Amino acid sequence: MRKMVDAGVRYVLFLSALASVFIVFLILLFTLREALPAFREIGLVPILTGTVWRPQQDQLGILSMVAGSILVTLGSVLLGVPLAMGGAIFLAEVAPPVVREVVRPAVELLAGIPSVVYGLFGMVVLVPAVRNTFSVPGNSGFNLLSASIVLAVMVLPTITNIAEDAIRAVPRDYKEGSLALGATRWQTIVRVTLPAARSGIIAAIILGVGRALGETMAMIMVIGNSIRMPGPLDSNPLTLFLSQARTLTGNIAVEIKYATGFHEDALFATGVVLFVLIMVVNGSARLLIQRGGRK
Amino acid sequence: MKFEDVKLETKQYSLYYGDFQALRNVDIQIPRNAITAIIGPSGCGKSTFLRTFNRMNDLISGVRVDGEVTIDNNSVFRMDPVELRYCVGMVFQRPNPFPKSIFDNVAYGPRSQGVRDRAELAEIVERSLRGAVVWDEVKDELNKSALALSGGQQQRLCIARALAVEPDVILMDEPASALDPVATLKIEELIQQLKKEYTIIIVTHNMQQAARASDYTAFFMMAEDRAGYLVEHGRTDQIFTNPQEEITERYITGRFG
Amino acid sequence: MSDGAAGPKTMTREDATFATLVRLAPSREDARPRRKVGLARRQLVQKAAFGLLWLSGIAAVAILLSVVGYVVVQGAKVLNWEFLTTPPAGGLSASDVGGMSTTIVSTVYLVFWTIVIAGPLGVMAAIYLVEYAEEMEGRTGLIPVLVSVVRFGVEILAGVPSIIFGLFGYALFVSATALGWSFSLRSAAVTGACLVLPVIIRASEEAIKAVPRSYREASLALGATKWQTAWKVVLPAAAPGIITGIVLSVGRVISETAVFFVTFGGTVRAPDSVFDLTSPGRSMALHVYYLAMETRAFDKAMGTGAVLILTIILINLLMNVVSRRLASKLKGR
Repeated sequence: MRKMVDAGVRYVLFLSALASVFIVFLILLFTLREALPAFREIGLVPILTGTVWRPQQDQLGILSMVAGSILVTLGSVLLGVPLAMGGAIFLAEVAPPVVREVVRPAVELLAGIPSVVYGLFGMVVLVPAVRNTFSVPGNSGFNLLSASIVLAVMVLPTITNIAEDAIRAVPRDYKEGSLALGATRWQTIVRVTLPAARSGIIAAIILGVGRALGETMAMIMVIGNSIRMPGPLDSNPLTLFLSQARTLTGNIAVEIKYATGFHEDALFATGVVLFVLIMVVNGSARLLIQRGGRK
Repeated sequence: MKFEDVKLETKQYSLYYGDFQALRNVDIQIPRNAITAIIGPSGCGKSTFLRTFNRMNDLISGVRVDGEVTIDNNSVFRMDPVELRYCVGMVFQRPNPFPKSIFDNVAYGPRSQGVRDRAELAEIVERSLRGAVVWDEVKDELNKSALALSGGQQQRLCIARALAVEPDVILMDEPASALDPVATLKIEELIQQLKKEYTIIIVTHNMQQAARASDYTAFFMMAEDRAGYLVEHGRTDQIFTNPQEEITERYITGRFG
Repeated sequence: MSDGAAGPKTMTREDATFATLVRLAPSREDARPRRKVGLARRQLVQKAAFGLLWLSGIAAVAILLSVVGYVVVQGAKVLNWEFLTTPPAGGLSASDVGGMSTTIVSTVYLVFWTIVIAGPLGVMAAIYLVEYAEEMEGRTGLIPVLVSVVRFGVEILAGVPSIIFGLFGYALFVSATALGWSFSLRSAAVTGACLVLPVIIRASEEAIKAVPRSYREASLALGATKWQTAWKVVLPAAAPGIITGIVLSVGRVISETAVFFVTFGGTVRAPDSVFDLTSPGRSMALHVYYLAMETRAFDKAMGTGAVLILTIILINLLMNVVSRRLASKLKGR
């Protein structure tokens, strides 16, 4: 009797484990199923390279959204990575234990704040600030810059945590060896510790990029959601970041509720492109983490 | 014991980890250009004592010291630790070459000190690798990763790395304990060569090694409260054939671990 | 001590070379002054670098305090008992009317069902992956392959962006072309369960793996079956970690917007009861979004946001306290 129960339980547990795979399978199945008509009608390449998005007229170019996603991610990396790396090195190498007890939980709490709250803060505080600071005509404050700042803050905890772990994982032997040779602590960090933690740090950044690409609601609230290709507002090329834009994620969320038929299929197609993009990014991060561990 | 030509000296030196006393009132003189071996049972503070001379104990939080430690009559604690480590180098128990090329490992010290000239670095690297008796084995592969070398070669590389900084003193913390007997012998021979130019202190748990390879020996012991103290110190041949203290004799003849 | 006479021939040759090189090398004393000068500059560089690092650390805390501080302070202006207990005014009514009561209720129901679905499923999957799957190591056949596939599946699931979950939920549950549940508590809960499943599985797996082997061996040696061991010994020991994972998921559900945006709906009406599964609703996070983007009632958005933040902080604190208390209880203190 006991053996039967045991066998039955094993079976049930196995089925639970299969659930995840089942779900992934379903996700792929349904997203692709809805997206297929769009791909078949217009074709993958025209969708990826077209700049005009007017689904009601069968125009499905998502290049503007791809540009939007890439630009805002780039911006968040440029702003967020230096700060995150500084924080990671600080926590791993410089902060006294008391300070670490304060800063590390603060970083973790930053990770827990809901994205809508970041979006709200961005809307109410950042957007007007950006609008008033850069008085370029056409700058409403809802632009790539505001979105980059918000996104930088959102990916900061991810990068900081993983990079800090990577730096802490560098064997003490290396640090001691360097110090014993008369190097200063900073020299040790720059010339021994960071190079040794390189793959973990890169993985941290890539995971941050993945997170940035996937963010939806906070982006919608501050980026402007214009379907035009983002471009500089005047002769200064840097004003590119003052231009409105729309991300791939935003594209889906903004239109999905009222889209029907072909339009709806088009949004699923956007979803498929996004899914593939993020899977590639996350996959390479994981590979790097594994390779670093194998050393 | 009093010596002429003393390089390092400690007077009533004690070290505490927080409230726990790890070393008690050590009075010792380390002669210049000779090999001093530090022996004693595990846990009696030999490594901690060794690390005093290049202030590697500073890396542990909560460490407190008492008494004097001097090099060439200058207090070690009043110097900048980075500067101290230019004069006092260290070789660790487990070889710890950096994950860089052989060349970059040896050049690390001089580079940290600001040597930029490629030719000068190459000369220093060759000289140090020869000094550690490993040049012939690696001279054609200076750009290969140091991690690809065998254990014994890695340890000699670490010695070369320490030599490149041009210290006066080399501290060795059981340098051969992680190596096979053949590699161990090579290291011991190397140390004999090095003592002509350097003052060497070597911690070892291997008494035969101390007896064979050193000029002077210091025997440390653990007291009942687990503090380490110096029992006896003198010329190696005298310590091993005619120790003054009974504990020393018991330890050397193996009557306790 | 011999004078090196016992060494191999190579030693003698090296000996001479070494002596030559030492004679030719610049004296070590000469090298000292050069290094001392460089040292001062290097110390300066270090001071500057460490200063910047301290700034980064402080900046992180400053950012947190600014965001949280601003939202909570602004939100406090509208937060009172009335705000918490009055339902939001729906539709196009004036923005200075209404509170957030129904959103709190909707959120609670949503969390409840999501955890009811994902919790047991995730923990059971984790038990299987840790306790039973190790028998499969090294063997060939269908089951071991499936186990690797499962592990891979969890990895992928963890990396899927939330809007894709939303799309999936929309396509499968909401859309009339599939299950046709439309915007409802059940659509939202099942989709949400998919979202948090990897979180629960990972946390549970880690917690179960951390249970010492000796516990299991002792139980099995006493004649218990694998399942009895898992249920009576391993699970209780892994409880703190598992609970942490579940609490983390609760936090995730509360914070999450994109997924429920397309599966829960937008109505301000709350489900009639926790079993009113076909009713749409609006979680607190969604409420912040709608208030900001549609109603433009920023003050109330701040208020709701403040409640959200405080809830998350409370949950984090609770998580720390509970897991610490449970962990010490298990150690017999």
